[in-house]
Parts: sequence; C-alpha cells; structure tokens
Amino acid sequence: MARNSQKPELVLMQGNEAVAAGALAAGCDYFAGYPITPSTEIAEILAEELPKRGHTFIQMEDEIASIAAIIGASLAGAKSLTATSGPGFSLMQEGIGFAKITETPCVVVNVQRSGPSTGLPTSPAQGEIMQSRWGSHGDSPAIVLYPASVKESYALTIRAFNLAEKYRTCVILLMDEVIGHMREAISLPDISEIKIINRIKPTVPANWYKHYDENQKYLSPLASYGEGYRFHVTGLAHDQHGFPTNKPTEAGAMMERLEKKIVHNIRDLVQIESYMMEDANIAIFAAGIMARAAKAAVKIARAEGLKVGLLRPLTIWPFPDDAVRKMLKNVEYVVVPELNQGQFLHELRRLVKSTTDSKLIGFQRVNGTLITPTEILQKIKDVL
Amino acid sequence: MSKLLFKEIRLSGSGGQGLILGGIILAKAAVIDGNRVTQTQSYGPESRGGYSRADVIISSEEINFPEAIRQDILLSLTQEACDKYVLDLKNGGILIVDTTFVKHIAVQAPNTYELAFTDIAQQELGTQLVTNILSISFLVRISGIVNEKSFEKAIRESVKPAFLDLNLKAMKLGFSLASKEMKLRGNNEEIEVEGK
Amino acid sequence: MGKVSQRVVHNFLRHDKKFPHVWCAGCSNGTVLGTIIRAIAEQNLDRNNITMVSGIGCSSRMPVYIDLNTLHSLHGRAIAFATGIKTYKPGMKVIVVTGDGDCTAIGGNHLIHAARRNLDLTVIVINNNIYGMTGGQYSPTTPFEAKATTSPFGNFDTPFDICDLAIGAGATFVGRSTAFHTIELQKMIVDAMEHKGFSIIDVVSACPVIYGRMNKKGGPAEMMMAMRDNSILNTAAEKLPPEKVEGKIIRGILKKVDHPEYCERYAELCTKVKEMQHE
Repeated sequence: MARNSQKPELVLMQGNEAVAAGALAAGCDYFAGYPITPSTEIAEILAEELPKRGHTFIQMEDEIASIAAIIGASLAGAKSLTATSGPGFSLMQEGIGFAKITETPCVVVNVQRSGPSTGLPTSPAQGEIMQSRWGSHGDSPAIVLYPASVKESYALTIRAFNLAEKYRTCVILLMDEVIGHMREAISLPDISEIKIINRIKPTVPANWYKHYDENQKYLSPLASYGEGYRFHVTGLAHDQHGFPTNKPTEAGAMMERLEKKIVHNIRDLVQIESYMMEDANIAIFAAGIMARAAKAAVKIARAEGLKVGLLRPLTIWPFPDDAVRKMLKNVEYVVVPELNQGQFLHELRRLVKSTTDSKLIGFQRVNGTLITPTEILQKIKDVL
Repeated sequence: MSKLLFKEIRLSGSGGQGLILGGIILAKAAVIDGNRVTQTQSYGPESRGGYSRADVIISSEEINFPEAIRQDILLSLTQEACDKYVLDLKNGGILIVDTTFVKHIAVQAPNTYELAFTDIAQQELGTQLVTNILSISFLVRISGIVNEKSFEKAIRESVKPAFLDLNLKAMKLGFSLASKEMKLRGNNEEIEVEGK
Repeated sequence: MGKVSQRVVHNFLRHDKKFPHVWCAGCSNGTVLGTIIRAIAEQNLDRNNITMVSGIGCSSRMPVYIDLNTLHSLHGRAIAFATGIKTYKPGMKVIVVTGDGDCTAIGGNHLIHAARRNLDLTVIVINNNIYGMTGGQYSPTTPFEAKATTSPFGNFDTPFDICDLAIGAGATFVGRSTAFHTIELQKMIVDAMEHKGFSIIDVVSACPVIYGRMNKKGGPAEMMMAMRDNSILNTAAEKLPPEKVEGKIIRGILKKVDHPEYCERYAELCTKVKEMQHE
C-alpha cells in the first residue's frame, strides 16, 4: 500500500466520470459510441482522454455501428467500450449477441432512462433488468453489474473489463440515470493497487490454435488479428476452430460452453451486499439507486425498532439465487422497490416455493421519479 | 467533526441559470470542509429554459438517498420552482427567492429572504450570468452551510479563468448582501452554524 | 503483370477445412474470390496483416474460404466491424467483401459514413442485383421492372447506382468492373488496396440460379457474355456519342482523388494533443 502514509485525495466526481476513469484504469484503449442522454459524459471524457494516450476514440454513425466497432477492435486486441442508454441499448442487442457467440471481450455501459421508446430521456428508470439478460435473440447467458454509488461505478467498470477479458464475453454495466449524473466525493485507488485481468494469449504454434478450445475449461486463450493465427470468426454456430457448422453435436457443444462458463463460475461472478440481514424479519431487495433509498429506509426502521434488512445485488446476472433463497427462508416478507413494472419481482417469484406464497411485496414506479425512503418505510408498515 | 450534520439543499430554477454548476461548487466546498456530499440534478431536455434543479446533501455520515426531499435550504430563482418545492421545505428551513421572477410565495416561512438577485446582478455586475454565484454566496453566508474559504476555493476550481474575476465579484456581493440582510434583521449570528 | 499461378491460389484457400463451398454452380462469387486472391498475391503482402470482413449473404460467406484473418460479421455491419479493426490497428490491410443488399440496404448508413471519413478500407461489393441467400428478393440494385420473389409484377422501386452513391458520400477511390473482366478487376483491386483512403469497387456479377432464371437471362455463360457485351470502359465511353453508351454498364476507375485518410488524421490529432499537454 503505497499511499498509507497520506490521506487519500478526495475528488468530487460524477458517476459517468467514474465510469470513464474506471475504464482508463482498467486499460481501455478503444471507445466507439453515439451520443445519447444520459450516458454522453462517458463519451465526452474519453474523447478527450484517449487521444492523450494515443488510444482510439471514434464517434460512430449509430449504436449498431458502435457495438460492431468495439467488437472489431477487440478482435484486433483492444480492450473496448461503448456507452449508451435505452434506445441505443435496444439497437445494440444483435451486436451483443454476436460478442457473446463469438466470445469476444467488450464492455457495454447502459445508463438507463425511462422507456419504452424515447420515454423520459432525462429521468431515472430501471427498465432494462430483463433486457440486459434476455435482450438479444437466442439463448445466451449474461454478466450484468449494477453499481449504487460513484465509487462503485468506478470499481465495477474495472470489474466489468476484468470479467469480459476473463470470460471472453460482452459484460454489461447497468447504471441508473441518478447514479450516472450524481456527484460524490471519492478517492481513487493507486493504479498499482488495482487488479487487472487481461485475456490469456495463446502460446501454441498457429496451426495448433483453436479459437474456442474445449480442453481449456471454458476459458480458452484468445489470439488477436495480426498475431499470425489467422483465425475465423463467425456469428454462425461454429466448431472449436471457429468455422461454421451444422452438426448438432458441435452446435450443441458450443451452446453448452457459453452457458457453462457462466453457470460454473457463479461464485466468482456474483457479488451481493447484505445489510442488517442477520436478525431481519423483513427484507428489502433492491439494486442501484433503489438500494440507496432502501438502505435509508432500513436505518429509519431500525431506529424505530423494526427488524428490517437489505439485500442488494452488485451482480444482477447471473442472478444471486443462493443468497435470495436464504433470504426468502429467513424473513417473513420481502419488499421489492424498483423503477419498472416488476422485473426483479418477477425473477424473485421464480425462487419462491409456491405461487400462492405472499412473501413478496412489489413496489413499482415508472413515472420518472424515485421511490423515497419514507415511502418504502410506509410500505413496510402497511405490510405489518 | 463531533456534531452530526445532515443538510438537504435544493437549488431550483430553469435551465441556463447555472444552478447545476452552483450545486457542484457547493458540493466541492463541502468536500473541502471534510464532509460527505452528494449532488444530483433533475432537468428537462432544454439547455435554456424548462425546469432545472440541483440537490446537494451535506452530511458527516454516509448519505444513502441523494435527493433533497425535505429541504433545510431552498433557493428558488423562478416562480414555477418556488411553487413546486416550497411546501417541501422543513419547518424552520431557509427559503431564498429571486424576486425578479418570484412574485408570490405560497407559504410564509420565518427564514425567508427575498432579493431581486437577477436585477442586482444586472445592475451591479453588468450581467445576469452570475446570478447563480450571487445567490448561492448569499445562501452560504446566511446558512453557514460550508466554510466561505472552501466555497471560494471551489469557485476558483470550477469556473473558467476568463470568468473568475466576475464570479468572485459576485461572490463578494452575495456575501455583503447577506451581511446587510442579517444586520437588518437585527442579528449578526448566522441562523445555522453547523456546517462550519 | 497480374500473373499468379494456380498453386498460389490454392495456397490461399482453406481447402483442407471448409470445402466444398456453399455457392451455386455458375455463381460469380468464386470468380471474384479467385480474383481477390490473385490481387493479394500479386502485391506480396504479409497475409497475417490482412483482415477480410464480410456481412451476411452469399458473397459474405467468402471469408471462411480464404486463409487470412477473417470475420464473418452481422448483416449490413461489415464496414462497421471493419472500422473497429482498422481504427484500432491502422497498419492492418482491411478488405470488406459484401453484397448489394448487405452493403447498400441494411448497411447503407455504414457505407456512406466510412466513405465520408475516408477510412482506409477496400470494399468489394459483389453486386448480383438480388438477395440470393434468402431466395431471391429484390435489392436496392435490382433494375427497374426486374422480377424477384418480392417484386412478382416487376420491380417498381428505383435502384441505386453504388458508384454514384459512394462518390456522393466522399469515397476517394470508386471503381466498377465485372466478374467477366477478371484481369481488369484484379488490377483494380490492387489499385484500390494501394490507395490510401476509402476505396470501393462495384463488381457486376451473376446469380444465374435465382436472378437469371427469374428474369430469363440464360445460364451462367450467357450472363457472363452479357457482362462483356453490355459494358464499356469509361475511357472508351467518353469518346462515343451518348446514344452508343445508353444502357451500358460503365466500367473503370470512376473517381480517384487524394484526401487525408482518417487514421492518419487521428494519429496527427494524438500527436497534437500530446504536444499540447507538454506545453
């Protein structure tokens, strides 16, 4: 710890600024994007910072081109990023699926705003909980991280890059508009203290290289264009070499591999915060800005003698099934405040034992405003 | 910091009045003071006109919910903003309005300050552009929510060099208007001193 | 010049992996693939430093057969993917192989913007006037009144001229040739690849199995003859009276200008920004 002796410098930073700073700390050397509120600050900062470092910033003609460009750059060796919001995220879905099936590392930031369609462009919403998991056609597991503070926006952006490189996939950082635009004072860690994961490079001769090596425990080495491996990449179902295949055995193996590399590493992927849950008989399950409202509600509730706790996922996909099951076992009620029409609630229902179970109390709002701590507390009191 | 501090401040008006920058400056000053802070905003799609508000929460503890829903201090530079938020002001909270645009106040609060900030900025400083710094400086001296030295430092860090002198002039004017106001009310003590 | 042995062509194919290919007998795609290989071989380039990118469609299947860095991307997005590769590794030669639908319908936006940027890509549009892979629907280059499965009464829609489109968008090298004129095409591909900036070649080609049959154009040989008989070099056309040129396909390099290339300008920007920091 190099900076133990001195007090770390606090800087006032916006969530979106923290994403840009986190990306640079993670080694991001390529950004392609298209302007959209409320994510634009990320592009604006990187348009200034990347050229200073001799790295690439490009403003593309649309979001479809943006996701395509970051995948192309990643195949050429880049640690690449794009940032967008609802409408742009919808346009990117086909490209996200391409990154997943071709196992190409990249990071997509979606600073959510009210939808559907153009919606309320400057207002907060949490409408893409499900889209971030199921948005691209076909089955493909997803890694989606969800920060609740400026500090966490920085840390989870780095983690998004690390997971993208490690698992060779498109990792999504899902943000709330409020977090993206909120300023908080944070101290940035020394770069030397940050753990950076980079893709494993192949060491075999070119003619032995398999772009998707089944013997490598789901996480196989990744060559870049220009390194002499001359591999093929396609969005078609493919064999270990990357060549298209129609064989059910090969296509099936490919799909299984995409699934298993996530499912078998769920402990590595899932992060949750458990707050005052030890003796809680009422839990709140919430992410991002709603978890902050919930935490404030827990504090007031505790001061009033109510045994309320909070379970907050930092990784929303893969879903933290084990932690949620444990919560459901230990508490009488779970209140689920969210800025959508019940997307988390829907996922939680999957984990309750019977459909008549009334443990789950939904609390939804989709008018562009936040649910306040007082309102959450009132909801809890209504239940009791 | 032995005393618990938790203050919710809302700066409200319309787009182009510089309230978000004002909120950032206030937040920076609070950071310099060693406090925790969140600064959020809500605004319409317009760069000029429409509604705009900046919330700053200053606390000695972790801040969870970042919106100023029950304000300790409310600054309103337009009638619309004043009407919208004045009922959310805490009992005993400070209300500061720009009478250039705010003609009626829905409730009578004891700590209300009514000054024609925009007119004053135009007359004294030759531009309305610094109405934000003028009125927020007034707010700072009246409330003592942040240290004035920290506030000045935050202005220096946030304003473009070409406009620094003008903004510092606005700050000083804001301070002196506040002092005058306090004298008029026959008390030299600031109403809230916790932020110091 | 231009002579490349069959052994070299063979050497460039992934013959041990992905053959037989998917293309119909008589299709122009194979001819164009051979011509591209000869053009690459002629330049003695390091093939580790060439990437071929395609979208979706019959012609876009080409990358799988050629032993380069290859990317078979999404429908319409070949140029956008290629933009990512090129702007990250400006030293890489990037060739885009695409079809008329892929390039000018779903991918039209990427085409005009890459042309506007003057990004150093070589785009080869294998233009057979039809969506072949999906069974013969009309494309943005299907001629007026031509038959397709989605224009059963004849195409009432107005076609694009790909070269005019590219010129209008700011492409700095624009050429047209046909699958019949392979020597000419080979040279044009070499010129396009050597050109610093955005280059595009509209390769008039034949889809005898679908477009040819639906429009009674005869077999593969007849369609090749039509390319020979119904086209004329731009240099020759200039000397002829308009009535002799009417209705003919104009071949040749239709535009070639020098203009600063995107990656070079970006590199200059980076240098400038770094200097500004040191000041």
